Amino acid sequence: MEAALLEIQGLRASAGDTEILRGIDLTVRAGEVHAVMGPNGSGKSTLAQVIAGHPAYKVTSGQILYQGRDLLDMEPEERAQAGVFLAFQYPVEIPGISNAYFLRAAYNEIRKARGLEEVDSLDFLDLLEEKLRVVEWGPDIMSRAVNSGFSGGEKKRNEILQMAVLEPTLAVLDETDSGLDIDALRIVAKGVNALRQPDKATILVTHYQRLLNYIIPDRVHVLSAGRIVKSGGKELALELEARGYEWLEEAVTT
Amino acid sequence: MSQTFLQEFETRSTAATADSPDWLEPVRRRAMDRFAATGFPTAREEEWRFTPVAPITQTPWRQASGTARVKRQDLESFVFGHPEWITLVFVDGVYREELGSGGLRSGGIQVHSLADAISGNGVPLQAHLTRYAPIDSSAFTALNTALIREGAIIQVGANTEATRPVHLVFVTTKEAHGCAIQPRNLIVVERGARAAVVESYVSLAPGSSYWTNTVTEVVLGANAWLEHTRIQRESERAFHIGATHVHQLRDSHYRNFSMAMGGALARHNLHARLNDSNVETLLYGLYITRGDQLVDNHTTIYHDQPNCRSWEVYKGILDGRSRAVFNGKVLVKPEAQQTDAKQTNRNLLLSDQAKVNTKPQLEIFADDVKCTHGATVGRLDDLALFYARSRGVPAQDAQRLLTYAFAAEVIAEVTLQPVREELEHLVRERLGTL
Repeated sequence: MEAALLEIQGLRASAGDTEILRGIDLTVRAGEVHAVMGPNGSGKSTLAQVIAGHPAYKVTSGQILYQGRDLLDMEPEERAQAGVFLAFQYPVEIPGISNAYFLRAAYNEIRKARGLEEVDSLDFLDLLEEKLRVVEWGPDIMSRAVNSGFSGGEKKRNEILQMAVLEPTLAVLDETDSGLDIDALRIVAKGVNALRQPDKATILVTHYQRLLNYIIPDRVHVLSAGRIVKSGGKELALELEARGYEWLEEAVTT
Repeated sequence: MSQTFLQEFETRSTAATADSPDWLEPVRRRAMDRFAATGFPTAREEEWRFTPVAPITQTPWRQASGTARVKRQDLESFVFGHPEWITLVFVDGVYREELGSGGLRSGGIQVHSLADAISGNGVPLQAHLTRYAPIDSSAFTALNTALIREGAIIQVGANTEATRPVHLVFVTTKEAHGCAIQPRNLIVVERGARAAVVESYVSLAPGSSYWTNTVTEVVLGANAWLEHTRIQRESERAFHIGATHVHQLRDSHYRNFSMAMGGALARHNLHARLNDSNVETLLYGLYITRGDQLVDNHTTIYHDQPNCRSWEVYKGILDGRSRAVFNGKVLVKPEAQQTDAKQTNRNLLLSDQAKVNTKPQLEIFADDVKCTHGATVGRLDDLALFYARSRGVPAQDAQRLLTYAFAAEVIAEVTLQPVREELEHLVRERLGTL
């Protein structure tokens, strides 16, 4: 078995005075895809954002080891430079700078942090051309301002494009599938499956089972009230689809 | 202190009568009388409440000789790398033909130095000069009018599609230290014509203290189109008072971009009179301040006639202990029905000590209009910062990137590509963005 890429132990986190994560234990190995499911308010998005270092959440106890390093001790940019990527549930609009400018800045910062040479805009365009194919987009999208005036679907697709360019070691997708039509869903799945490599791993945070028709997870976890209440193989997702989440919540409370 | 200008005026009047047109003398006289009667504004006047001009009014400014040695290559960083543009260069306020481009009169465009035109080279001035910038609009405009001499006249003939932008470069040298410079410009775009004009106020002597008091009059004939870009990059120890008065006839389109990043104290008064039906006026502005700078933008849009549209976006980025003032008036007359006016002022504070006074002023006397305004003063969005950082951009670079994005959004409204790119470059340089 591969060594753990990500190891979460006893993680508790709050937003303001409200505790949202109440003791999460989760191990993700290189080469694996994990699905984290659960009802609204169960804490699954918080978990995704805590992994990326969102400043709105305070970790009160527990730890996260990423490649053996203390992830919680790293700034959000250090996590990204080390290969962690969060596809946002609500990607941020940045009017004023183009998608190309923003993405090249990110790409070069990550290269710089790894001691690699920065790429100029021409070389970057070559790289982009290939990555744009993954999301089935023409080059026009790159001259538009970052997510500015994008439809919900376009924003999600843009997250997948960024992921394809930055090639993270650990990708965390926070409800990237919600609100997508079938075509967009297929494109998201294509982006994730392209990153399915022995040295990489993905965590899919999702409310619905349907994305898992396109991306077969190795493990499925159900979150409820800030804890993982059940883990299983891909068949667990189907069971959740059929039975809903209530039976698990009841199992916890009784 | 007004005395020195009175003396200059008297000396000049005696000497100038020989070489200036008859009609101009009484106009100048009236302006001087007006200035003598009102004197400089004080902080007690509402229009100048946040912008104390005492440092200007209490300095005994001299006249600049305008003979400083300047080489063409000294100006390279100011002229956007386009030798085919029509460029006029004024050194310390004085026209220097040898530094500008040739071809000032070709293809429907006529560009003259005002000094030449006044001394009678046959350019008809009377129809427009001093017609649009009323001397009672400000004491500074009265003073500028009284001392009218140097500047530029741009005339774009009817139905001319001007392919070469006109660039007026007002550059100061260290010899301007302690001097007052008072350019006066006139831009006439006749009916159906289309043109682009850039006005740059720049300095080769970053530490020098001088005072620019400039007035530009703009008139657009029916169905004319003008993009007017104003770039104020004075020395950060200089003073700058500028007035732009725009007069528009029916179906004309005027777009102004006003960049202010220089000056210890800089004020721009922009008056746009929509004096005919179906006129469109777009006013964009960007000010970037630091240290102890004070930058003040006052705009007034006069909706005098029906079916006109005005759209205004001014943005500011303030650092250090700097201050900015924005005052945007929109005056809609009773007959100006179907007016569509929108005004926005957004400010980004990079420091705790920076301060903004922003005031929209809508006075609407027509009932069937759409007028909105909004002003914000704030900091960078935490979520956007996290977004950039989560992509690997270090915190400080993320701040610069987002600050640049804030500015670039309004710069994008400049349609003249070399100017837009230069403005983007200037802002990146100033902010230290990647």
